[in-house]
Amino acid sequence: MNERISRDDVAHVARLACLSLTNDELDSFTSQLADILEHAADLDALELEEIEPTAHPLPLANVLRDDEPGAVADREKFLASAPQVENNQFKVPPALGDPA
Amino acid sequence: MNAREIPTAIRNGETTAKEVLETYLEAIHNREEEIHAFNLVLEEEARNEAERIDTLTAEGENLGPLTGIPVAIKDNICTQGVPTTCSSKILDGWRPPYDATIIGRLREAGAVIVGKTNLDEFAMGASTENSAFGPTRNPLDTTRVPGGSSGGSAAAVAAGFAPLAIGSDTGGSIRQPAALCGVVGVKPTYGRVSRYGLVAFASSLDQIGPFAETVADAALLLEVISGHDPLDTTSIPEPPLDLSTALTQGVEGLRIGVIDELSGGAIEGISDDVLECLEDAVQALTSAGAIVERTSVPSTVYGLSAYYVIAPAEASSNLARYDGVRFGPRVDAKTTSEMMVATRTAGFGDEVKRRIMLGTYALSAGYYDAYYGKSQKVRTLIMNDFANAYKKYDLLLSPTAPTTAFPLGDKTEDPLQMYLQDICTISSNLAGHPAMSVPFGKGTDGLPVGIQVLASAMDEHTMFRAGAVLEASNQGKS
Repeated sequence: MNERISRDDVAHVARLACLSLTNDELDSFTSQLADILEHAADLDALELEEIEPTAHPLPLANVLRDDEPGAVADREKFLASAPQVENNQFKVPPALGDPA
Repeated sequence: MNAREIPTAIRNGETTAKEVLETYLEAIHNREEEIHAFNLVLEEEARNEAERIDTLTAEGENLGPLTGIPVAIKDNICTQGVPTTCSSKILDGWRPPYDATIIGRLREAGAVIVGKTNLDEFAMGASTENSAFGPTRNPLDTTRVPGGSSGGSAAAVAAGFAPLAIGSDTGGSIRQPAALCGVVGVKPTYGRVSRYGLVAFASSLDQIGPFAETVADAALLLEVISGHDPLDTTSIPEPPLDLSTALTQGVEGLRIGVIDELSGGAIEGISDDVLECLEDAVQALTSAGAIVERTSVPSTVYGLSAYYVIAPAEASSNLARYDGVRFGPRVDAKTTSEMMVATRTAGFGDEVKRRIMLGTYALSAGYYDAYYGKSQKVRTLIMNDFANAYKKYDLLLSPTAPTTAFPLGDKTEDPLQMYLQDICTISSNLAGHPAMSVPFGKGTDGLPVGIQVLASAMDEHTMFRAGAVLEASNQGKS
């Protein structure tokens, strides 16, 4: 085990990612993520100060198509995929008053 | 019969789409239980489609280059009204309200879609063992994995369940299973094939491509699915590929560089029998008139590290949409946020959780520059190194995978070992370049080895020239 990522870090990241982990899972994920981040530490050896980052392989910018009216998505079909629907809207449990 | 012979045979009345389909369905009936290449076999739909094709053909209609050819589709590509699961419980029962662009193109070309193939959940893995519906087995040795993540598609072609299949490749997910199953697999240039309707994993790396038994059949399928699509903003504004002349052109005078780092040089773990096959491939290309020599593409060594930051980072963002609100199953809870946590915790498997957390960590405050920022710069280095290499060489060459197919369960406990399967394939995704795997020789265990041909962006044509030569030489040997 190394110091690349702590158990608390993993618990924090899991919260950010909306995942709940058991204690055993926290242990195994911490050790596995540490291994992966340790492997990624080989990048530390590189001199990258002057290098521009690449976010995307294609040099595309502002891809705009002609503003032509086309077929509109069928709302019924999309609503049919949802776990719960009311009055043509997606329905969820109460969003306010979260204990978290 | 090769895939490309099927449409002509149907048009000439030597066979029918129905008859062709039944041959493949019989193979599926015989072995699918053992192999588990499919999440869903569309037997009835395929029969109806084959009948429709036969009726239209009888009326004299020419349906296109894939007339009556059965095609298997990776189950992360949307098919309207037909379950699309990404081999994840979190999409169990979901039926997409639309077709991916390539599905429309396949149908227009006369293809018969036979089923949706198994994959590592959300295409994250190199063995198809990360599927929520159980692993796919390698048809050549059922104690071994087929590779992944498109293991179901590779196995479907290798088992004779379909002559053609569609996969997606984010870090090697078409090429590595193609190598392990002894079939041809192609990752086209990023943007060559529309990603509209491909369930997103890492959007700047994902690309759809073909599997086939032969290089010519892979070319045929790629021609049909390539070409500009206004529904995908990253789609390259070019017409569909025409690769017909590439297949017979040969490699006379082509300059080909063997990437030293991936071929027994800097990176360890490439097995000796794979390297021997690579040497034989070099001989074959040299005999065919190419000038082949070793060359260095130094930053490919860092591809794996950069990839396993960038891909999880993009995935953590892309997979935020699975929250139990708009589609897929929901685990009920008192509040919305508790419902989201419960749904995601129950719906995602371990590898997907691992990558979501890795990506969330790499993007989080305090670590962004150390991991994500740095990896994006390494991506630039890799692109620069490839650009330099392609000043001297028309193509590059390496093994596709470090070993032949490994036993099921061999790497499931050690994610990093599994990630190392992608060591030779990842750099092409980071650069957005095309690359293909062609079966060439066998390992000491008798299982197939794949040789990877890499080309610069947009140069699938030259890549297929070398692919066809390797295939011809490999067939000459066996």
